[in-house]
Amino acid sequence: MADWLSPDEWRAVALSLKVSFWAVLVSLPLGILTAHALARWEFPGKQVLNGLVHLPLILPPVVTGYLLLLTFGRRGMVGQFLDQWFGIVFAFRWTGAALAAAVMAFPLMVRAIRLAIEAVDPKLEQAAGTLGASRAWVFLTVTLPLILPGIIAGVILAFAKAMGEFGATITFVSNIPGQTQTLPSAIYSFLQVPGGEVQASRLVIVAIVIAMTALLLSEWVGRAVARRIGGA
Amino acid sequence: MMLRVRLAHGFGDFRLNVTFAAPPGVTVLFGRSGSGKTSIANAVAGLMRPESGRVSVGDWVLVDTEAGLCLPPWRRRLGYIFQEGRLFPHLTVRQNLAYGAWFAPKDAPREDMGRVVEMLGIGPLLARRPAGLSGGERQRVAIGRALLAAPRLILADEPLSALDEERKAEILPYFERLRDEVRVPILFVSHSPTEVARVATTVVALDAGRVSRIGTAAEVLGDPALTPMGVRGAGAVITATLVRQHDDGLSELAAGGIALFLPRVEAAIGSAIRLRIAAHDVILSREAPTGLSALNILPGTVEAVHHGDGPGAMIRLTTPAGAVLARVTRRSAQMLGLEPGVIAYAIIKSVAPAPDDVGAIGEAAE
Repeated sequence: MADWLSPDEWRAVALSLKVSFWAVLVSLPLGILTAHALARWEFPGKQVLNGLVHLPLILPPVVTGYLLLLTFGRRGMVGQFLDQWFGIVFAFRWTGAALAAAVMAFPLMVRAIRLAIEAVDPKLEQAAGTLGASRAWVFLTVTLPLILPGIIAGVILAFAKAMGEFGATITFVSNIPGQTQTLPSAIYSFLQVPGGEVQASRLVIVAIVIAMTALLLSEWVGRAVARRIGGA
Repeated sequence: MMLRVRLAHGFGDFRLNVTFAAPPGVTVLFGRSGSGKTSIANAVAGLMRPESGRVSVGDWVLVDTEAGLCLPPWRRRLGYIFQEGRLFPHLTVRQNLAYGAWFAPKDAPREDMGRVVEMLGIGPLLARRPAGLSGGERQRVAIGRALLAAPRLILADEPLSALDEERKAEILPYFERLRDEVRVPILFVSHSPTEVARVATTVVALDAGRVSRIGTAAEVLGDPALTPMGVRGAGAVITATLVRQHDDGLSELAAGGIALFLPRVEAAIGSAIRLRIAAHDVILSREAPTGLSALNILPGTVEAVHHGDGPGAMIRLTTPAGAVLARVTRRSAQMLGLEPGVIAYAIIKSVAPAPDDVGAIGEAAE
């Protein structure tokens, strides 16, 4: 496949995979926590949190990207802080693309996991408590295994969304080949130059293959997990 | 080890206010729905925080609201058997059984897994998952899971009420064995006189959030004034010894020197049998009856007559076999002149007691 794609195209594909992988991996623990809080806890500001989580789904991606630039850019409040104290820079780096992808994919991930948590019978968690399991152990030994299909679904959805994220990414971190030019940005770039359709269509095929693989994988894993939980 | 419970809690208009002590064996919290029995179990388990009260097992305190102490459920060392089993669907039967033991202190006295599996007859199920089990099998696994958690206290909240009659008959003997073989107190919530008669060492009868009577199953069920489940559920409990199995399918029992005949009771000769005789299955006669098909005739003395609101009367008869309750109409009571001190005969058809109302008790119980 490396010969089939030009170095530029290959870089875009690899970058997209890297960006999506890290976006999903880093946001997953936060996604599970948020989903659990929304499904099970009562606290002031719950609706505000719910709204914030879902905002990227409804806002125009360009707006989300611009807000990210304002907050996490070099001059942004959070961006400055992270740069000074941890040396983490988002602006115009692949990490920024990962952040944009994570923010855009977060609502889908939280939604899938939240539905799974709501489907878990709290009476089972209560039973685990009476058998000596503390809250943390109940979560690890009962809740988590039972919501695994939901987590897998959420991860796949988020990964697919991250692979396809375009608007927020290009607004936040631009479209620098090898740095922030992800698969969709590359397709967009190729379509801007005369005669770029061939390259663009090659990338389109790659995008379809990756999406289909992810979908089949999730189906297969989901079915295997469901068999483990529900089967005799 | 003694379980001591003192609780006060308000739920809107309903006030729970109870004090009782449960000796080793099975203590049945007995009452109709809304009498507060499940609330008591939940407070003992830590699933509900009482407004005031104290709960202790031996010298170990679970709740003491005056001292500001209320242990969370996972620190209480419980074995809670729920109505619906509540087995973990993602774990095998073996893993379900081992779940509680994993969290128990390493030095806690443990039941042996093999022994419990054998007692409950769940060996063939170990590798399976709960989804494939029948209701009765699930409940047996739930009992095992509670036992193997190395509990200091076992709670059972109507563990049979989600099962059909056949499954109930399948599970009841396991609670009898639990009562006779397990050393920790067992708190058993029930509204069924049959279950009380079969498994109770002590009965705490509840009515509208208060304890109306505490005593043995025979004392509480034999009280004509106390019919927590209504007159239809009334019936005294007597304890008899299995003497002989006859060829015609009957079992001969002896109680206080009187022979009783019942359809085949499956137990070893010499074992103690608890028998609940429903009050509406008893006929009373002033004279020793002759030429009757009924095989069981208990001579006795009327001890108390209790009139309710309806047309019926509840008669308590003292016989050599123990107290017997009979439900007759007021009219018959008047016609026969049934009043305290009068001699009367209780007539019970052999086939009358329901099979579920007859159960063996181990030597440890009485």
